[in-house]
Amino acid sequence: MLYQAEPMPVDVAPPRRAGPGRTAVCRAAGLTLAALARLLSGASVRWIACQPDTCQRFYFANHTSHLDALLIWSSLPQPVRELTRPVAAKDYWSRGVLRRWLAEEVFDALLIDRTDIKVHQSPVDVMLREIGSTRSLIVFPEGSRSVTGDLGEFKSGLYYLAKKRPDIELVPVHIDNLNRILPRGEFLPVPLLSCISFGPPMWLEHGEAKVNFLARARKAVQALKE
Amino acid sequence: MNDIRTIALIAGVLLLLLVATAVGQFLARNPDRSLNPAAVNAFNLRLRGWWIICTVLAAAFWLGTTTTVVLCGLVSFWALREFITLTPTRKGDHRALFWVFFLFTPLHYVLVAYNRYDLFSVFLPLYGTLFVLARVAMAGDYKRFLERTAKIQAGLVVCVYCLSFAAALLHVRIRGQDTANSGANFRLLFFLILLVQFADCMQYVWSRMAGRRPVAPEVSSTRTWEGLLGSATSTALLAAVLWWAAPPFEPWQAALVGFVVAVMGFAGGMTMSAIKRDRGVKDYGTLVVGHGGVLDRVDSMCFAAPVFYHLTWFVAGQ
Repeated sequence: MLYQAEPMPVDVAPPRRAGPGRTAVCRAAGLTLAALARLLSGASVRWIACQPDTCQRFYFANHTSHLDALLIWSSLPQPVRELTRPVAAKDYWSRGVLRRWLAEEVFDALLIDRTDIKVHQSPVDVMLREIGSTRSLIVFPEGSRSVTGDLGEFKSGLYYLAKKRPDIELVPVHIDNLNRILPRGEFLPVPLLSCISFGPPMWLEHGEAKVNFLARARKAVQALKE
Repeated sequence: MNDIRTIALIAGVLLLLLVATAVGQFLARNPDRSLNPAAVNAFNLRLRGWWIICTVLAAAFWLGTTTTVVLCGLVSFWALREFITLTPTRKGDHRALFWVFFLFTPLHYVLVAYNRYDLFSVFLPLYGTLFVLARVAMAGDYKRFLERTAKIQAGLVVCVYCLSFAAALLHVRIRGQDTANSGANFRLLFFLILLVQFADCMQYVWSRMAGRRPVAPEVSSTRTWEGLLGSATSTALLAAVLWWAAPPFEPWQAALVGFVVAVMGFAGGMTMSAIKRDRGVKDYGTLVVGHGGVLDRVDSMCFAAPVFYHLTWFVAGQ
């Protein structure tokens, strides 16, 4: 199936351009937080059979900590980072002024309503509409943070993303040790060392079944753990 | 610190590094020798790490006592990070670890900076221990309680407490000097670092050349009795030759100190090897290229520093 651009609804503003559109304060806050996250988590970044690139990508990662999205975002080189938006839960990130500001202005996150999913406004459609033809996304296919640190089952969103935009590279990302730095339910971090691995890009094979694809994607993340 | 001995010591180290770098570059450019190119590469990477370490050290010395103590504190902090990262902890340890990192470690170094020996000599081993035990108990997870608290304590003592004695050397008042914090103290610290690193190298060289009986083959196959003896003797010799650089010591005392430092350094290396072997890793981290982790570099220092501190105190303290 070939991808056909859906006509953009008139009332929806075109995807906000990163960079000049954001105020200097937000950019500075973003840089500071990214540096702080890198420092606190002592993250070493590995690119395995994959290079940082400004082409459109879906980064999909295991989810163990609140810092996950921030850390992946900050591990990307500046030009790539400008084009990449983390996907986050609206019910959590739109609560309170600070969280809202961080999510919307600083990280330019794409907030998805987990509780109120409409048929015509499915999260996948929202994501595809928001990224246009330039932006990349960071998604966590497990849906929520794992309690034990083990990799959970992937939800089907990733499959539909891949199916509707077969031209976009899917890059598996594995985050190691971050669940010990800021586990679920804690708000004070312990500054251990973590490791972020970006793996070789993959695509949805022609005619590949949903279950097989999700299993393959999950294995790709798992494989980066070594 | 602008006296002739300090300058001589720094010039000596600089010369040694320059010669080693020249040799390394020559070997890399002319690969037709009978040497293993991988070994040459490893040697060059190691040298690069050395340059970085020496530059940072020189900058800290230049900026004064407090900066050096802070630098030592940062090294401790990083070493502890590596230590705890490799040690499995449970979620119940999280809060205890937070305070260990952000309260106990900095506070200990504050006490060191103010030279409160009466407090910093007991703060971590006594109050640190009590806190860790109580806080982990209060977190409500009793599984393998003693094992978990012992791990955190071991990390604190080795990475923070022991290493801080190197910084504390800067405050020892040496007989004959009118004040502490003088150039003599910096030379003393430099002397310690030099001996520890030299002992490490000699241990490696002697084990490669004459090593037959490993001390504990299950822990480390490259650390042998021959290496230990050879490194202790060579280090004692070097210390005796360099006795003029270390203010309080007579040549024979310097030799004795060198011997003890080498043996303690060996003990530190063995201990860290045992931990690494248990966790199934080779190095602790990736901070300085070619140098494993910070902990791999300071393990010998951790064990040698307290002994060196107390020997200095007994021989020359006021």
